[in-house]
Amino acid sequence: MTVCYLDYNATAPLRPAAKAAMIAALEVEANPSSLHRPGRAARALVEEVREAVAALVGAKPLEVLFTAGATEANNLCLAGTKAASVFASAGEHESVLAALQGTTLPLLPDGRLDLDALENLLKTAEQPVLLSLQAANNETGVVQPVAEALALVKAVGGWLHCDAVQAVGRLDPALWSEADYVSLSAHKIGGPKGVGALILRDAAPLAPLLRGGGQERRLRAGTENVAAIAGFGAAALAVAECWRAEAERTRSLRDRFEAGLRALAPDAAVFGGDAERLPNTSCFAFPGQRAETLLIKLDLAGVFVSSGSACSSGKVERSHVLTAMGIAPHLAEGALRFSFGWNSSEAEVDQALAALAGCLKRGERAVA
Amino acid sequence: MKTDAEQPIYLDNQATTACDPAVVEAMLPFFTQAFGNPHSVEHAYGRAAEEAVEAARAQIAELIGAEPREVIFTSGATESNNLAIKGAARFRARLGRRKVVTLASEHKCVLESARALAGEGFAVEILPVGADGLVDLERLDAALDEETALVSVMAANNEIGTLQPLAEIAALAHAKGVWLHSDAAQAAGKIPFDVRSLDLDLVSLSSHKLYGPKGIGALFVRRRPRVRLEPLFSGGGQERGLRSGTLAPALCVGFGVAAELAGKAQAPEAARLWDLHRRLLDGLRAGLPNMIENGHPSERLPGNVNITLPGIDAQALMAAVPELALSTGSACSSASIEPSYVLRAIGLDEASARCSLRVGLGRWTAVEEIDRAVGLILAAVARLQAAA
Repeated sequence: MTVCYLDYNATAPLRPAAKAAMIAALEVEANPSSLHRPGRAARALVEEVREAVAALVGAKPLEVLFTAGATEANNLCLAGTKAASVFASAGEHESVLAALQGTTLPLLPDGRLDLDALENLLKTAEQPVLLSLQAANNETGVVQPVAEALALVKAVGGWLHCDAVQAVGRLDPALWSEADYVSLSAHKIGGPKGVGALILRDAAPLAPLLRGGGQERRLRAGTENVAAIAGFGAAALAVAECWRAEAERTRSLRDRFEAGLRALAPDAAVFGGDAERLPNTSCFAFPGQRAETLLIKLDLAGVFVSSGSACSSGKVERSHVLTAMGIAPHLAEGALRFSFGWNSSEAEVDQALAALAGCLKRGERAVA
Repeated sequence: MKTDAEQPIYLDNQATTACDPAVVEAMLPFFTQAFGNPHSVEHAYGRAAEEAVEAARAQIAELIGAEPREVIFTSGATESNNLAIKGAARFRARLGRRKVVTLASEHKCVLESARALAGEGFAVEILPVGADGLVDLERLDAALDEETALVSVMAANNEIGTLQPLAEIAALAHAKGVWLHSDAAQAAGKIPFDVRSLDLDLVSLSSHKLYGPKGIGALFVRRRPRVRLEPLFSGGGQERGLRSGTLAPALCVGFGVAAELAGKAQAPEAARLWDLHRRLLDGLRAGLPNMIENGHPSERLPGNVNITLPGIDAQALMAAVPELALSTGSACSSASIEPSYVLRAIGLDEASARCSLRVGLGRWTAVEEIDRAVGLILAAVARLQAAA
C-alpha cells in the first residue's frame, strides 16, 4: 500500500541536507564548551548554525538562544518575563496556555485575535505587559494580526512574544521579525526533533529556566545538542533559500485538496477559511462525521493526518482553538487537519481525496 | 579511535564522549523513514516513533534497575538536575518542607538550581566535603531535618571522580522523610548503579557522557513510594505531565542503545579503564615524583584522572601539548579562567588549583595513546621548567 504523510504541522520529515549535517556532527566528539581544538571545532559549528537561524528570521546571531524545542522556548519566555501582566490569545499552543499566568484574549469567529479586546485590556492592565501571540495557528493555519497587536503593545511600552513555529518557511518573516521574543522549532521545518530556539531582542529581559554551566549567554544552561543543532542549521539554510517556492507549491496542493473536498462534500466546513491562512494547512469537518472514526479509516487507507494538535497524548479532545472561534461542538468534534510540506505531492493529495471519498461512501452519514 | 594524525588524542571523556558507531547506526532510521511525531498516535508513523521511544525508555530503565515508567526523558542532565531539584522543592514546599541540602562539589547546575531556590525563599545549605571529596555523613545528618525537601548528592564527581556513599546518605535522608536526588551523569554505565539497592528517589542521567548523542538525558522519578514534582515546562503534557515538549525519537533511541551497550560492557570496561588509569599515573609519576592525584584514592570513577603538578601552570601545559585534548575541569565553566571550585572545595589553594589537570579516559582510549600522552606531557613539563 502506498502511504501518504500529510501531517506536517505535527512534524516534518527530515530534509536530506539536515540528515547529512547531523550524521557528520555525530562524529564530533568534543563538548563545545571545551577549550581544546576539537572543543573549538564543535563551538564553531554551533555558532555557524546560530548565524543561519538568525538570518532565517531576520535577527542577529547573538539574539538566538538554542533550546530543546519550542515548548521549552515558549515556557522560557513566559516563565522568564519581567512583565507585570501577561496575556495570550485563546488559540495559542498548549505550551503557551499551560505556562500562562495571566489572561487569555478571545478570538474572532474567523480565528484571528480580537484586537478590540486587546486594546481594552491594555488600558487597565498593570504595566509592563507581555502579549504572547502566535504568527499562525497550528490547527487552523489562521495568520494572526501580529503587526497590529505589536503596535498596540508598543504603545503602552510592553513586549510581544510571537510563537512562529508553524509560520517559519511558510510566511514572510517580516510578519514577526519586530517581535521582542520569537519561538522556533527545528522539526517543523524539516530539521530534527529535540532542538528549537528563542529569539531574544537586545532590550528584551529574560530570567533563565535552566541554570547551570552558563551556556547560551547564561540564559539556558546545558551542553549544546550539537548534532541536532547542526541539523537545524542545514534545515534553516534550505528553508531560507526555497521557502517562497515551497510555500507556493504547498498552497497549490492545499488548494487542489480543498477544491476536491468541496466537490466531495459541498457542506464541508473549512475552519478559518475566511481569514488569511498558512498556505499548507487545511482544517475542516464533514457535518455529522466524527474525527475518531474518520482517522481510523484514513489510517487503514494509509493516509496519515490528525484531528488537530499532536501533543494531546492520543486523546481526541475537542479543540480549544475551534472552541475559541465559537465553532459548534458537534462540528468541532469532526475536525480533521491535513497539512502539506516540502515532500508532499499531487499524487498524495489525490490519494487523500480518494480515501476521504471512500470514508464518506462506506460510512453512513449520521444525523448531527 | 581516530587514526587521523591531525586529530589530537581525545582525553576529555568527562566533558563528553564520542558516539558509539552502533549508537549512530541505530539512530539513522529515525532521521528519515521513521520520522513521525511520537505523540501522533493517530497514525502509523507516530506509533512507530512511540514504540521506539518506549523501547529506549526500557533500555535506560534496565541500566539503573528501574521500571520504564519511572524514566522521564529530558534534554540533558542539566535539565534533569534543574527539574529534580526545583520540581521536588516546589512541590514539597506546600507541605512545609522548604529546605534543600547539597554539597559544595556538586555540578554547577545543581548549585545554581539550589541558588535559584534560595532566591525564592527556600533555606539552602551547601555542605563542605573532605580533602578526598567525600561527604561528611555526620554533618549531613545534622543538616537534614523534618523541613528538608531534598538532598542532592552526585554519584561520581565530574572533576575528581570521587564516588559518594549514596546508600548511607539515603538511609540518613529517609529517616527524616527527605528525598535523595543524585546526579549520576558521570557514574551511570561506568560503575554498578542500581536505584533500588541505593534506595534513590531521583536520579539524573546524561546520554552524551556514555557514548550516546548530546541533547538528551533522563530523570528517574521513583514510583513507590511516590516522588512528585512540579514540572518546569508545561504544555502538551508529555512524559506523564512532568516534561512537555515533542520527544526526539532519534535521540531517545541513541540514548537507549548507548545505555544498553554501557550496561553490558560495564565490568570489563571499568577494569580496562582502571589499568589505563594506573598506567597513566605510574608513567607520569616516574618523571614527576611530586605529582599529586586529587580525589579519593580508591572510591573513584575509573578513567577520571585529576592531578596537580606543583609549579606547572595547567593552562600553559595544555597549550604546550596541542596533540592532546585535555582540560582543567568542568567544560561548562572552562571558558572562564577561574580555578576550579571543586578543587578549592577539597582544600587546594588557588596556586595548586591552577596547576591541576583533568585527564578523562574513555572507551576509545588505547594503551598506545596513554604511553604517547605520558611522553608528551613529561616532555612539555621539561620544556616549561627549562624556560622558567
